Order: sequence, then structure tokens, then C-alpha cells
Amino acid sequence: MVTRRKIMHSIMALVALSTLPFKILARANKAFDAENIDIVFKEIFGDLPIVKSTDIKFKIPDIAENGAVVPVSISTNIPGVEAIYVIVDENPNPLSASFHLGPMSPADISVRVKMGRSSMVRAMVKTRDKVYTTGKEVKVTIGGCGG
Amino acid sequence: MTKPVKIRTKIKDGTASIKALMPHVMETGTRRDSDGNIVAAHYIEEVVCRYNGEVAMTAEWGPSVSKNPYMAFKVRGAKPGDVVNISWTDNLGESAQGEMTLK
Repeated sequence: MVTRRKIMHSIMALVALSTLPFKILARANKAFDAENIDIVFKEIFGDLPIVKSTDIKFKIPDIAENGAVVPVSISTNIPGVEAIYVIVDENPNPLSASFHLGPMSPADISVRVKMGRSSMVRAMVKTRDKVYTTGKEVKVTIGGCGG
Repeated sequence: MTKPVKIRTKIKDGTASIKALMPHVMETGTRRDSDGNIVAAHYIEEVVCRYNGEVAMTAEWGPSVSKNPYMAFKVRGAKPGDVVNISWTDNLGESAQGEMTLK
């Protein structure tokens, strides 16, 4: 039976839906939920070849005294960069952040991430046909994931 | 209530450096409060940066971006009077934005 209450509920649900902020991207949920880097790579890069590169400028401290706030800067002159990814291998979910660049923005970003413990941190730069990467071991003295 | 995004900009040689601070708890969903209860995940999922109305950059984040996120990026071909707008949406559907005219 369709009661007035049911109708009100469905109207309220519709209103709630329509006021949700508009999202630009289809979120890479599987990549963010993944618990190891192999799954992260597969989800975000598919079959694209991943190559090590010395052309990525990757700034991150060798020792992070506070794992809750680890500053990361990534820039590169590699042409055709579509996106930049920050991956912390030992975090419960390694994929931390991704930046998708439009034609106006050069490949030059900074962010701060949490690190649960000492870990390899990877800067990964995606172009149309290849993924370039560099990494650095970062030692954490105090973990940043509430531990 | 969400707080607005704070933006700082600087133009050098036609390229704008844009820095943003977004007040947000960025709860991972794994932390426990003083009573031992898990604090629910609450974090920014998407950041959209518009430059003169056009999308210059979008970021997708997980809960491991630090509390009160700081972010910096650049835009080429910048000139005084250009407008940068940065907005975020979190996993609970909350959002906030900030806007700044370049000098």
C-alpha cells in the first residue's frame, strides 16, 4: 500500500540525491580500497608499462619525525603527463592521493600524507602510453595512523 | 559546518603557484577514541581546481592524506585578474570551496 508517509520518504530521498555535490571524476574506489600495490597498479594503470625514471623530481624527507604529516612534492618535465600518484607501500591502503592534470597545469604538485610506519614511498607519473616512477625509503619515528 | 578553502597565489614568469589549505578532520576510519570505539572514516575524496572557470586539476584522495590537507599546484599562462576556485567533496557528501583573484 502506498501511504502518504512512503511518498514523503521517496520525495525526501530524491531531494537528498539532487543536492549531492556534482562529482567530476568516477572515483577509483577499487584502487583506493586495495591493500597491496599490485592491485593498486592494476586498477589505475591496467596494462601500461611501468618504468623507473630519473626525470622525476621527488621531494620527501628521509626521516619523518611525525608520520601524520609527511610533505611530498613531485614535479617532472616528462611531456604528456596526465596524472600523478602518491603511493605509500606499507600503509593499510597504499594509494594515498592522485592528481589529474588538465592542459593548463604543469606536472608539479605538493601534498602532505600520513605514514603508519617506515615505508617505500612512490611517485608515479602517468602518460598516455607509459607510467614513470621513482621511489624513496622514508623512515618514520612516530606513526601517523592513530597507532 | 565545513570551513572554506584558504588559497594563496603568486605569479612568477607567467606561471601561477597556487597553494590551498582545507580545514578537515581526515579521519581514516581505523583510529579509536579514548573509549576504544572506532572513529568513523571522514575524509575528502575529491578536490576540483578551476581556473577562470575551467577545470585545471582534479585530485582524488584517500583517508591517508594528512589532516587539514595542504596542496599546491601550478597553472601556466597566468595573469593578474585570473580567478582560481578550489572545492572539495568528502565521503559523507559534505563540501566546501574557496575562491581567489590573482594579483
